[in-house]
Amino acid sequence: MAGHGRGPVRRRLRRLPWLWSAVAGMAVAWPAWVGSELPAPAPSPPRSGYEFARPETQAIQDDEFANPGLFWAERGAELWDSPDGVDGQSCSSCHGAADALAGVAPTYPKIDLASGLLINLEQRINACRTRHMGIGPYPLESDPLLSLSVYVTQQSAGQPLQVQIDGPAQPWFERGRSLYAERVGQMNVACTQCHDQRVGHLLRAERISQGQINGFPAYLLRWGTVSSVHRRFQFCNEQARAEPLPIGSDDYNALQLYVAWRGTGLAVEAPAVRR
Amino acid sequence: MVLAVLVLSAASLSATRSDTADSEPVAIYQIVNDSIPKPLDGLAGDPARGRAIVAGRAGNCLACHHAPIPEEPFHGDLGPPLEGIGDRATAGALRLRLVAPRTLNPDTVMPAFHQVDGLRRVAPQHRGRPLLTAQEVEDVIAYLLTLRADGR
Repeated sequence: MAGHGRGPVRRRLRRLPWLWSAVAGMAVAWPAWVGSELPAPAPSPPRSGYEFARPETQAIQDDEFANPGLFWAERGAELWDSPDGVDGQSCSSCHGAADALAGVAPTYPKIDLASGLLINLEQRINACRTRHMGIGPYPLESDPLLSLSVYVTQQSAGQPLQVQIDGPAQPWFERGRSLYAERVGQMNVACTQCHDQRVGHLLRAERISQGQINGFPAYLLRWGTVSSVHRRFQFCNEQARAEPLPIGSDDYNALQLYVAWRGTGLAVEAPAVRR
Repeated sequence: MVLAVLVLSAASLSATRSDTADSEPVAIYQIVNDSIPKPLDGLAGDPARGRAIVAGRAGNCLACHHAPIPEEPFHGDLGPPLEGIGDRATAGALRLRLVAPRTLNPDTVMPAFHQVDGLRRVAPQHRGRPLLTAQEVEDVIAYLLTLRADGR
């Protein structure tokens, strides 16, 4: 399966960390390698999780009457026009029709100029609420926040993922890259070991995907709800028996940036259905 | 000085141990020629218990390996199939693969089932505990040795 053909060459390269680091131009001190896998290049071509899903899961996503994620999109559309701010503002008071935000979702996570931090789309929606509507943020992972996030993402359905990784985003990208390669948990595994090196193999009944996030926030059959990228990261960590990081944390945003970059060019699916 | 002696003796034995107070004891073992010849803590394994560990969530071996356990519907294919493994591997070779698989292949995703040190960000409920106890490791080995190509 995928990766077998390249295996021996890769393994040989991995045994020459000095060569690899020289080629990659990386000034990484020796201890940083301990417990870490070498960073892999972005998969070429990137393949959506849809391609690895079972036909019955794909069918649910494809059917506009059966896809439960559409309930979140509909709820988001209602919230978009609902007066909620201190002066009765709604999202549409400033943005007009939601399709004005077409092309925005696939550029997140992004550096927030006001705070200088990397934030994802849910945090951007909350920033709007606190800065422009005079109301508090929605709790992360709450139903209304995910509904708005799905709805805004839906405006970019079919558009390619395209995150910025240079300039002020560059240190975040590097942080995400090293998190992606770090072995964690009682299982002592790194993201890259499954999602780069063992793509297409079976883990019990699951076919291992590239770990792409172009369908998120996605409706997850296992939970019967829409899930953010960060909550899905937590689930992966739990499977490795690693301590999950907080939803909305800087580390998960850095990881999200790296993972989004790995999927550059993949079409946004909104709302996607995954197991 | 004392530390140096300890490190030296540990290295000369190729031994690993956990001395942290809150951890379950992890057996000391010795690697000899790609094998851990001696049973952990001198324990004898039970193949029936081993089969239950392999099939169930305790070992979760079927996440990655196929095995002749037909009542479990889904078997992974990340690792080699276990059918006939008893013909291909000795108890000592299996023990090394269960306890310290990265000594054979640094890139493996096979977890070290009897290790508590050198891990990062382990979830609190699993911290300081090996995936399998010494007894469970020996049980799994006893079961795997029963898996012969001739179906015995």
